[in-house]
Amino acid sequence: MSRLAIVNARLLDPATDYDGPGGVLIEDGRIAEVVRGAANFGEVETIDAQGLCLSPGLIDIRIKTGEPGAEPKETLKSASLSAAAGGVTTIVVQPDTDPAVDDPAMVDFIQRRGAALNLVNVFAAGAATKARDGVRMAEIGLMNEAGALYFTDGDRVIANSRTLQRVMSYAGAFNALIACRPADPWLSEGTVATSGELATRLGLSGAPAIAERIQLERDLALVEQTGARFLVDQISTEGALDTLARARGKGLEVAASVSINHLCFNELDIGEYRTFYRLDPPLRAESDRQALIEAVRDGLIDVITSAHAPAPAEDKRRPFSEAAPGAVGLETLLAATLTLHHEDGLDLLTLLRPLTQGPAALLGLDSGVIEAGAPADLVLFDPDAPVVIDAAKLKSKSKNSPFDGRRLQGRVLRTIVAGRTVFAA
Amino acid sequence: MTESQHEMQGVNNLIAERLIPFPSPHFLSAGALNPPAALALLDLADVFVDLNRQSSKVLDLLHGRTVVNIFFENSTRTSSSFEIAAKRLGADVVTMPVQASSVAKGETLIDTAVTLNAMKPDILVIRHGASGAADLLSQKVGCAVVNAGDGRHEHPTQALLDLLSLRRAFGDVGGLTIAICGDITHSRVARSNVILLSMMGARVRLIGPPTLVPGDADRWGCEVFHDMREGLAGCDVVMMLRLQLERMQGALVPSTREYFRFWGLDREKLAWAAPNAKVMHPGPMNRGVEIDSDVADDLSVSLIQDQVEMGVAARMAVLASLSARIGDDR
Repeated sequence: MSRLAIVNARLLDPATDYDGPGGVLIEDGRIAEVVRGAANFGEVETIDAQGLCLSPGLIDIRIKTGEPGAEPKETLKSASLSAAAGGVTTIVVQPDTDPAVDDPAMVDFIQRRGAALNLVNVFAAGAATKARDGVRMAEIGLMNEAGALYFTDGDRVIANSRTLQRVMSYAGAFNALIACRPADPWLSEGTVATSGELATRLGLSGAPAIAERIQLERDLALVEQTGARFLVDQISTEGALDTLARARGKGLEVAASVSINHLCFNELDIGEYRTFYRLDPPLRAESDRQALIEAVRDGLIDVITSAHAPAPAEDKRRPFSEAAPGAVGLETLLAATLTLHHEDGLDLLTLLRPLTQGPAALLGLDSGVIEAGAPADLVLFDPDAPVVIDAAKLKSKSKNSPFDGRRLQGRVLRTIVAGRTVFAA
Repeated sequence: MTESQHEMQGVNNLIAERLIPFPSPHFLSAGALNPPAALALLDLADVFVDLNRQSSKVLDLLHGRTVVNIFFENSTRTSSSFEIAAKRLGADVVTMPVQASSVAKGETLIDTAVTLNAMKPDILVIRHGASGAADLLSQKVGCAVVNAGDGRHEHPTQALLDLLSLRRAFGDVGGLTIAICGDITHSRVARSNVILLSMMGARVRLIGPPTLVPGDADRWGCEVFHDMREGLAGCDVVMMLRLQLERMQGALVPSTREYFRFWGLDREKLAWAAPNAKVMHPGPMNRGVEIDSDVADDLSVSLIQDQVEMGVAARMAVLASLSARIGDDR
């Protein structure tokens, strides 16, 4: 029986709103005992946390790799190493691989390959439609049985409302979660930025911010009609947040995620065509970013994700409109989120909730909490330690980090998955 | 000394007096200029205009320099204008036909840039369909880069030649009211002209259908009009832009005939502008779509032919000035 104790920690458990001294005892990959206050578990291997933070390991529900189909970009292994270094103990891989994760064998492939690495927990999200074509419904039931955690066409919008209506309605038979990116496909077609003064001046084609609200209104109307379990994938505008809040006010149970990039950057970061800030959804106005931060503060946001999207140099060193969208973010997720603590005054539990308990509850995982019986997926970190992000040193195979060169605060000291240390600084 | 040697000596002296090192290592945006630098370039270009009208036109100002023209988009006018400008200054010029070359095989702009850079050109002239392409190229090469049009972003030498044409026609651009009409949204010519003409003290108006004028163009310091009669009232210059015919597919305008009826320049609409107003067009023109031949070909009002002539002189001034800067930097 393997045992490990962590004592003298500042325990952060969003599920019970506990932020105070404590320790945990880990036995056979699970948390055996949690002590609040001074803890002494006797004769076991013990880590003295020296008052630093111990939180449930982070759960990142929207990450991309290139496996299978584009391994030079990212493999499950490089993504898992990156996650471990970032304090992320569970990753949910997007289905936009080549081929797409649109049948149970692919779900199985991803999860087996991930498990064999013995690093972090790797789960798959399944495609909602076959080959993500937005037309033919994928085998949601079989993929659900194989362990897919939710269903989405990723960055592609299911434009046909009838298809989405049927997907939502059918998924109800399995109580399966459907996620959609709200972006009106016609207003967004061929655009690379948010329309506005900056995009106009740079000569970039922009989609208006309302493209998000328009599509969200449709999606939520379908949710209302079908009763589907639904996640708004990467909400990014103030207008869409209003729509979401109104729907919640009417009693509609929908979850929403936000990407860390949209909490940290605005469209001005694009500057003179910096392609590392070419994202999908595109970066928004500062007022949108502020509204997103307030939404995290108010608990309107259930999930913060890194929206990890590796793109190698050859795909980024192109003219802005031809560059691949997306940014890597697994390794910087915690430090980047902590900027909202250091700069915007959000408390640690408020920030950790959408990184741990929030996604766990949404996806039905038993992790994301510090309580006896839960998996021993934990991260030990120093919330104040200064770090300078150096993209070249990231573990991801792609180095497209918009945080490159930024000074952040927050260092991951140790990442523990099922009781095993998978990363130690 | 023969008479023609004397003449050349005079020209060389004039050039030497007026030649300033370019204010920036590259010419990517009209914003790289400042009013004194723009005026100096115009003064220099004036010398080249006179020279170009003589039978012996070749100088040795860029002797030993290599200028590479790389055009990722078709453009006979601009590429030949740059080629002639460089040749008249005595440079070695290579014009790369990109469509046929490796870019078609999937080579990226950066690969192309690195390859070109290894050949050690002094000045690269680039046109590319993506906004920011010239900017990107300038970060990856060791030579001066001239933006000959990047997507819908900028076309700064066009703005300089327009300024040259205007100064020769009006003497001074300061205080002129200039209307830029048509497809502003997709026009790099409009963006560069707004920057440069405003910088030189002109009042710039933008006129076009709401689908073709960016909603935030008023933040550029321009007045925006959707009605030609209102917009043209009191204008000294009417600069028409080309309407890409594919805009009809995108439901931006319904038809060429409707466009011409409301935003095409003919005698009747020109009469709404100030008396003796001049007409410009960066070319190539869609006759009968944005401009009536009757107006375009009337040399008493049209500066369109001047613009083409000024194109060579303005580009000579830019190349000479950039070359002087390279000399300085070394």
